[in-house]
Amino acid sequence: MDRKIRVLIGKPGLDGHDRGAKYIARALRDAGMEVIYTGIRQTPEAIVNAAIQEDVDFVGLSLLSGAHNHLFPEVARLLNEKGGSDIILFGGGVIPEEDIPGLKKAGFKAIFTPGASSSEVVDFIEQEIQTH
Amino acid sequence: MLSSEVEDLAGKVRSKDQRGMARVLSMVENGHPLAPPILHSLYNPERSGLTIGITGYPGAGKSTLTNRLIAYYRKHGCKVGVIAVDPSSPFSGGALLGDRLRMQDHASDPGVFIRSMGNRGHLGGLSGTTRDALEVFAAASYDPVLVETMGVGQAEVEIASLADITLLVLVPGLGDEVQTMKAGIMEIGNIIVLNKADRPGIEQLEMFVNASLDLIPDQTLRPTVISCSALSGEGIEKLTDAIANCVSFGTGRRVIARRRTKLILRSIIREKGKELARKHVSDRYGSIEEAIESILEGKTTPYEIGEMLSGFLENKRENENECKRD
Ligand code: B12
Ligand SMILES: Nc1nc2c(ncn2[C@@H]2O[C@H](COP(=O)(O)OP(=O)(O)O)[C@@H](O)[C@H]2O)c(=O)[nH]1
Ligand SMILES: [Mg+2]
Repeated sequence: MDRKIRVLIGKPGLDGHDRGAKYIARALRDAGMEVIYTGIRQTPEAIVNAAIQEDVDFVGLSLLSGAHNHLFPEVARLLNEKGGSDIILFGGGVIPEEDIPGLKKAGFKAIFTPGASSSEVVDFIEQEIQTH
Repeated sequence: MLSSEVEDLAGKVRSKDQRGMARVLSMVENGHPLAPPILHSLYNPERSGLTIGITGYPGAGKSTLTNRLIAYYRKHGCKVGVIAVDPSSPFSGGALLGDRLRMQDHASDPGVFIRSMGNRGHLGGLSGTTRDALEVFAAASYDPVLVETMGVGQAEVEIASLADITLLVLVPGLGDEVQTMKAGIMEIGNIIVLNKADRPGIEQLEMFVNASLDLIPDQTLRPTVISCSALSGEGIEKLTDAIANCVSFGTGRRVIARRRTKLILRSIIREKGKELARKHVSDRYGSIEEAIESILEGKTTPYEIGEMLSGFLENKRENENECKRD
């Protein structure tokens, strides 16, 4: 069997900052994963739809605009509704320290903020897939 | 227990459960041991779903064109499937699958199922399992299924044998490439799409393409040439008309079903034959490497091993016949 870790990297909402998302997407590819990048300005519905069809193990969201407290939990809610509760959620971007506990409660396993190295993200994924 | 899992998953595909179908597609892609029995359960020799292949160099606009074709078929009430293949990195084995980016118009339409695949080292512009994935899409009544190849190497040849209709996408600025294109490639596409017609150089491209099509010995095989702009949508109707023409002319649905069955059986024979032969040689000599050593030491030759394999298959058949007689 030739199983690959599949990850969807998505940007919900109107935020156009895409450098971080693309950087992470490339880093995960270089770590041997199959990465589906959906581009900017996605609705939570579109992201969840893609995650289900692509049968990903992880969904990683990126937001720098400040709308994470609304959009991240909305993706989590829809994912559960569509039967994707076993898909692991994580995220990153410009996210204040004090917002992180709330996002974790909403189902996000980890949040990476500016300056996070790609190897931290790769390690997180590889560890999660072991224990999942 | 196993067979109930197989029936459960096959049932999910038939009842158009997207999560179940996505799981089955992964099992097919990963070579999961349950994939063959699931495919067996789903296979319908008379299925009439159409496969449209889209090939051409990276950046030619295949994904943008696919986005337009999805819109057209959705407007006509069809459920549309898409398989988009991108290259896997030969170094890491990972892949960046970005074709969805250009198909965002349909991102939340439940009547469109888009699946991105890395080629995982398979040569020929597709993934090794695209053929089987198509049967899964068909069982969930997606018709047509659009297959976007990764557009390098022998992509044209492979998709043309798999798809019922193949679009070869060319763009202005490719004049030289068209002239030096390997003989035969131009004949492979049923339709040659000259995309980016909004760009300068489209007339010149048209000239080059027509000149090389004039050289096709059997002009009844001459593909239709359509110029359009996937970006603006200009000329897309001409293209969809040409596709409809292709289906009614020459490639009737029954012909398509027979061709598809032949293709699947042929490649299964090829794969299984390879697997069996390799295993038998390994069993006999310890490993393929050791067989090579034996040849180098003059104990046998590749031809003798070939004869041994033919004998093996013959004996197997005799044994089976004997079993039946008992
Ligand atoms: C470059 C930049 C731009 C560029 C964007 C270019 C592009 N295509 O991305 C331009 C000039 C276009 C721009 C425009 C704007 N920007 Co700006 N921009 C920045 C800036 C300086 C750097 C962002 C960046 O690219 N960093 C480099 C990347 C690699 O880092 P990163 O994205 O943070 O990603 C890292 C981590 O966050 C994490 N990560 C990020 N995403 C993900 C996802 C996952 C899954 C994971 C695991 C990790 C992860 O990993 C990465 C590696 O460490 C930031 C300030 C800052 N220091 O962050 C402001 C900033 C983001 N911008 C800001 C603003 C306000 C704007 C504008 C609204 C300005 C305006 N008034 O017009 C516009 C809006 C644009 C839009 N359409 O959304 C604000 C946002 C304020 C907020 N959050 O409250 C910031 C924070 C500046 C500030 N201090 O005010 N911007
Ligand atoms: N000018 C122009 N650009 C186009 C057209 N079709 C696609 N493109 C652009 O060409 C680039 C590559 O398109 P894409 O569909 O990703 O190509 P693919 O690699 O063949 O799938 C994108 O920037 C598209 O916007 C067209 O008809 N005209
Ligand atoms: Mg593409």
